Amino acid sequence: MTPPARSNHAGPVFEMSDVAVSFGGIHALSDVSLAVAPNHVLGVIGPNGAGKTTLFNVACGFVQPNTGTLHRSGALLTRLQPHQLAGLGISRTLQGLGLFDRMTVLENVMVGADRHAGAGFFSGLLGLPQSSKEEAALRGRATAVLNELHIEQYAARFPASLPYPIRKRVALARALASEPELLLLDEPASGLSSDEMSELGELIRGLVDRMAVMLVEHHMDLVMSVCDHIVVLDFGRVIASGGPNEIRENPAVLAAYLGNEVDDESARLARTGS
Amino acid sequence: MSRISSDSLKARLLRTPLRRNILGALIGLVIVIAVLESVGPFRQGQFATMAYLGIAVGGLTVLTGLNGQLSLGHGAFMAVGAYTTALIVHDAPKLLPLPVVMLLSMLATVVVGAVVGLAAARLHGPYIAGATLALAVAVPGIASFFGDTFGGEQGLSVAQPTVPAWFADAVYFLTAHDVSSSKYLAYLGWFGLIVTFVLLGNLSASRMGRTWRAVRDDAVAAEIAGINVGRARVTAFVVSAACAGLAGSVMVMVVRLAAPSGFTLTLSLSLLTAVVLGGLGSLVGALIGAALLTFLPQTITGLGLSVGLSDLQSAQLAPFAYGLTLVLVILLAPAGLVGTIRDAWHRRRSPDAPAIHHELHPKQETMQ
Repeated sequence: MTPPARSNHAGPVFEMSDVAVSFGGIHALSDVSLAVAPNHVLGVIGPNGAGKTTLFNVACGFVQPNTGTLHRSGALLTRLQPHQLAGLGISRTLQGLGLFDRMTVLENVMVGADRHAGAGFFSGLLGLPQSSKEEAALRGRATAVLNELHIEQYAARFPASLPYPIRKRVALARALASEPELLLLDEPASGLSSDEMSELGELIRGLVDRMAVMLVEHHMDLVMSVCDHIVVLDFGRVIASGGPNEIRENPAVLAAYLGNEVDDESARLARTGS
Repeated sequence: MSRISSDSLKARLLRTPLRRNILGALIGLVIVIAVLESVGPFRQGQFATMAYLGIAVGGLTVLTGLNGQLSLGHGAFMAVGAYTTALIVHDAPKLLPLPVVMLLSMLATVVVGAVVGLAAARLHGPYIAGATLALAVAVPGIASFFGDTFGGEQGLSVAQPTVPAWFADAVYFLTAHDVSSSKYLAYLGWFGLIVTFVLLGNLSASRMGRTWRAVRDDAVAAEIAGINVGRARVTAFVVSAACAGLAGSVMVMVVRLAAPSGFTLTLSLSLLTAVVLGGLGSLVGALIGAALLTFLPQTITGLGLSVGLSDLQSAQLAPFAYGLTLVLVILLAPAGLVGTIRDAWHRRRSPDAPAIHHELHPKQETMQ
């Protein structure tokens, strides 16, 4: 078992430089640059269709940028598959959760810890002691994460039998079990009550001791309270970047939200901004 | 006191999957010896048939049940194993010991399985079914076409294997019975099955098994969790093909012939129905499925004769009964016989747990 690689690199954990992605003739992202500092939470916001999901898909390897570069702790990442990026410590949650329905909660989380396993096919085939020792270690790691998120009582249950907020925690536990250097959270607050959301905010702030976090989220209260830095996307371009207070008062951001689509969130943003 | 010590003994014996599986294998071995020593040559032949079908169904249930890939072409992998054995044994019957021949046949099938698995890993659902279906149709055709090598429609015949002296001595020592050639083959088949099932059981309880199930349930989520989805799919395919190759090798020694007519599409489909009957992903279920495949037709035919039907009518009753069984299982116990019992057990432990549906196709992926 290898401990997660901690580099001595002092700069950003993750950097995107001049990334552009187009599907057919549509520019989903143009010249997007951002950096996630160690022990920081970076929020990515923007109206629907602004390119937030594409940005995440580039960060985790599902979409290869047409131009531009990605760096992890100063090292260039070129054309890596998502599973390779996961092995390098970039972990992600999915909007649709993507839990393994026919596996228990504990097994789901153990899959997340898989990058810390080294037992190969043959040690599993022959049931070598190394294999069972490693299984016990993975189980311990997964149980620790379940304890941390207070869902240890569901370890033996199947995800489909659990309420949605608990399932969201299981998905988060699976992403945390890999002990990533960079955690990508895709709308972690959707479907949560306001109490659950403030609990989530505390949880995310508690994670920054161990990792950097990148967050796509619609709930502005959460974004403003947990993020150290916010990047605002509109039509695939970065229109603003800065701390929560700067973003709140940025006229370009207000225009993007109010000019396109007025929903509850952007109305609230406008109120807090003015 | 004695209660405590027996509990800790039980805990020690069952602590790791390997120990559990070996314990199961030893119990299985005792049952196999007891059964094979108490039945006649005809039944021994039937048990040998059940053994090779069980090996093939066990491999297929790992592919379909644990990894969610559907193969309609496992009969073709059996053919590869069978023809490899036949080619070796046909020319030089005594050159190599049978276990070595069986291993070589598995290796040949592993190579073919890796090639097909690489193709299948890039396909989804019905397309894998189509590709493997083509394989099931093509492979017997290849054997017919290259008649000089593979004996054409007549096939390659295989001589009755001689029983090694040490084996006859060992069985005589244990049971005070002599070993006929048919009993030797039944033993060989069941030893092969027990070893295969222990290894498959180890795999399914290991990191590899969890990886396969994760890929089956949600390939996208598995990929972002760091699993190389393509490699996991190919590995499952190769393991499954290796089992089919071993099954083919045993089969050719039992029926003493490798011919295209032995590896029709019906064989591939029968293997799949046995998987569904037993319960996807369950090795015990695979054994039940293989037993049904082997014994149900003859039992039904015998039943037909005993109620006064003609030979022809009785023979026609068997496929009818088999089809009926399949329909009833799918309607009443869609998770298969073992799967249904397991679901009921899980529900008893956590009452609000839903039935775990066992689908042939992996569900739609949850990419947003």
